[in-house]
Amino acid sequence: MIEFKNWAARALVSAVAAIGLTGAAHAWEPTKPVEFVVPAGTGGGADQMARFIQGIVAKNKLMEQPLVVVNKSGGAGAEGFLELKGAKGNPHKIIITLSNLFTTPLATGVPFNWRDLTPGAMLALDQFVLWVNADAPYKTAKEYIDDIKAKPASTFKMAGTGSKQEDQIITAMIDKATGKKIIYVPFKGGGDVAVQLVGGHVNSTVNNPIEAEAHWRGGKLRPLCIMDTERLAYTDKVTDTQSWADIPTCKSAGVPIEYLMLRGIFLAPGVTQEQVDFYVNLFKKVRETPEWADFMKKGAFKQTFMSGKEFADWVSKTEAMHYGLMKDAGFLAK
Amino acid sequence: MDELNNLMHGFSVAMTLPNLGFMVLGVTLGILIGVLPGLGGANGIAILLPLTFSMDQTSAIIMLSCIYWGALFGGAITSILFNIPGEPWSVATTFDGYPMAQQGRAGAALTAAFTSSFVGAFFAVLLITFLAPLVARFALKFGAAEMFAVQMLTFCSFVGMSKEPPAKTLAVMALGFALAAVGMDTVTGTLRMTYGVTELLKGFDFLIAVIGLFGIGEILLTMEEGLAFKGKSAKIQLDVVLKTWAELLRYWKTSIRSVLVGCWMGVTPGGATPASFMAYGLARRGAKDKDSFGKGNIEGVVAPETAAHAAGTSALLPMLTLGIPGSPTAAVLLGGLLIWGLQPGPLLFTEKPDFVWGLIASMYLGNIVGLIIVLTTVPWWAAILRIPFSVIGPIIIVICAIGAYTVHSSIFDVVMMLVFGVFGYLFKKLRYPLAPLVLALVLGDMAESSFRQSMLLSQGSLDIFWANPLVGGLMTLSFVMLLWPIVPVLKHRLRRRT
Repeated sequence: MIEFKNWAARALVSAVAAIGLTGAAHAWEPTKPVEFVVPAGTGGGADQMARFIQGIVAKNKLMEQPLVVVNKSGGAGAEGFLELKGAKGNPHKIIITLSNLFTTPLATGVPFNWRDLTPGAMLALDQFVLWVNADAPYKTAKEYIDDIKAKPASTFKMAGTGSKQEDQIITAMIDKATGKKIIYVPFKGGGDVAVQLVGGHVNSTVNNPIEAEAHWRGGKLRPLCIMDTERLAYTDKVTDTQSWADIPTCKSAGVPIEYLMLRGIFLAPGVTQEQVDFYVNLFKKVRETPEWADFMKKGAFKQTFMSGKEFADWVSKTEAMHYGLMKDAGFLAK
Repeated sequence: MDELNNLMHGFSVAMTLPNLGFMVLGVTLGILIGVLPGLGGANGIAILLPLTFSMDQTSAIIMLSCIYWGALFGGAITSILFNIPGEPWSVATTFDGYPMAQQGRAGAALTAAFTSSFVGAFFAVLLITFLAPLVARFALKFGAAEMFAVQMLTFCSFVGMSKEPPAKTLAVMALGFALAAVGMDTVTGTLRMTYGVTELLKGFDFLIAVIGLFGIGEILLTMEEGLAFKGKSAKIQLDVVLKTWAELLRYWKTSIRSVLVGCWMGVTPGGATPASFMAYGLARRGAKDKDSFGKGNIEGVVAPETAAHAAGTSALLPMLTLGIPGSPTAAVLLGGLLIWGLQPGPLLFTEKPDFVWGLIASMYLGNIVGLIIVLTTVPWWAAILRIPFSVIGPIIIVICAIGAYTVHSSIFDVVMMLVFGVFGYLFKKLRYPLAPLVLALVLGDMAESSFRQSMLLSQGSLDIFWANPLVGGLMTLSFVMLLWPIVPVLKHRLRRRT
């Protein structure tokens, strides 16, 4: 009898599932492998996230067709964006963005704007932290900023990723806050930048949490402040004494700087609402996995999710902010 | 001797039957990836990475790192047989490997390449096993100025290589620098020499230039010479491996020097490509019969292969201990580590000893497995040369085209490859050396950014290149290298005067 009950239960479940599937069959689904474009090189933050998502999708079988990560990093990501812009109506191509969605067209004059694409969803926001070497005498952001103010201009050196991109924009904001010029030295990737600071070749960096976490845990770097309106919510201890939540905001330390970087998904122009919905749902499912929660914690991401009009409005607002910041810093293409 | 205990523990992790199976699978896949020009270890691992997410962490990294070893081995095969470097670090191998194959010594060249690769990797793994923390601290000393000094040293140890007039060498080198400058300028964040053409945004990829200049150029030359491979009559001897080994013992000095160069470049992260060029340059300098280089001197295969493999292997050290990848492939592996929830960095060795020591043990085993696989296949690889050109020629062109396409998934690159091929043919006809162009193209970009980063740091003062004994020593050594070829000339003149 028990066996029969099991059998009946299974039959019921499969019947329900079958109805569910026929219902789902009306919705659009990819019919061939989906190209997941990364407008940055291998090993960086966006690339890590894209490959991580690819892994989650494959492992949990969230999609029938495979998701294939492709790096198109030429021209500070312009290559990737232009490729998507050119793939009008192609639903099998999506792109993950970082701040170069705004900075690259503004700084280089490449004919591209985010409005050329279809906004998909915001996955998370990446934080920026002001780091110094653990051997440096500064214990708080205020001590460091005061020292910058006290010394002549161009005494302090900041390493960052790329040129006229987020790291240099933040450096320009610090210049403005202190009234003293800091020398900005661009490197290719966030990992390199953190190591330059560990090696004592520069005074500070504004690395994303995930890029510097291991060095902090290893006692080589010290976080001074975080560039957000509020502290992070992750209270698990990273070092013996501190957690991400223990890092004060830069604002409270007297440096009124706020900057967050978009980790979001865009689709090619001219795709249907049904196709957009498929990807928004896919990423909702990705965000529900325990692997994603771990990844968010490890990288101390801000877990905001947006889609549709809300997301488009946010992007539009952020674009205006970048225009203002880059205009102030003199980074706009002539 | 904690390391020995740990290593033994690592062997017990790596020696299980499934893990050994993954090793063989990984090495075989890696060799195929290495053979296909353009596909490369980094791309190959990136494609296969998601497949390993459902595997056990240690097994997954063992398989992926074995793909890496396999790719390092495989890169030499097409360089020697067809003058097409499968990987950037195999370019220097073509200089003497291809002439050897043409003289009917393909088997010897392949054996020398594989054995040297193994020797290089083996010493690099020893370095990782026993000196990891020490070496990691050394790597941290490398800022922008030190990086530039290393690149300068590579250029200088290569100067005077060519027997062609210096003006020709300078001309092609300048062309290489110009090509390297196309695309995004990382220091100012603006585009250079792209003229609004979307395809030029990403610049000229080194691999595409190399596949075209060497591979397609060579095919055009062969076609002109009457559709015949010169090595066709080569006898395939099964004892070629043993005979070559006996010969290799004589070059122990070159091997040691190349291992040192390779380990150093891998750790600092200069990378395998500069290491192979530098080792080749140094071997030629140190040799008594300099003129035989470029004409099929086995030492010219030993030096770059040893250095490239030593660098490729030791590049994993800064990745594991600092989280900075020493090579593009290491960068992709780094992504893999993060996905498995392993944070590379100074604490990885203490937090995940099973994983780290399992990986290190698999480096020993993987390379031994790799060596056995490639050496047993030497006669078969050499036998490919017996196939008539009219059959193999078109196949090579197709493989080159696939390779060029894979680098960026772009048809434009295939067209560029053909254009480079025509240039390669013309340059050879006009007796312009190709090596300096390739060197400038691969290192030009890096050297330029390091130099400008240094200038930013020092606010325009050249003193930064003599600011500490490390960078000063490297710079001084570069100048000694640069002026070395003039010394005999000066001596000769002085003698004449007195």
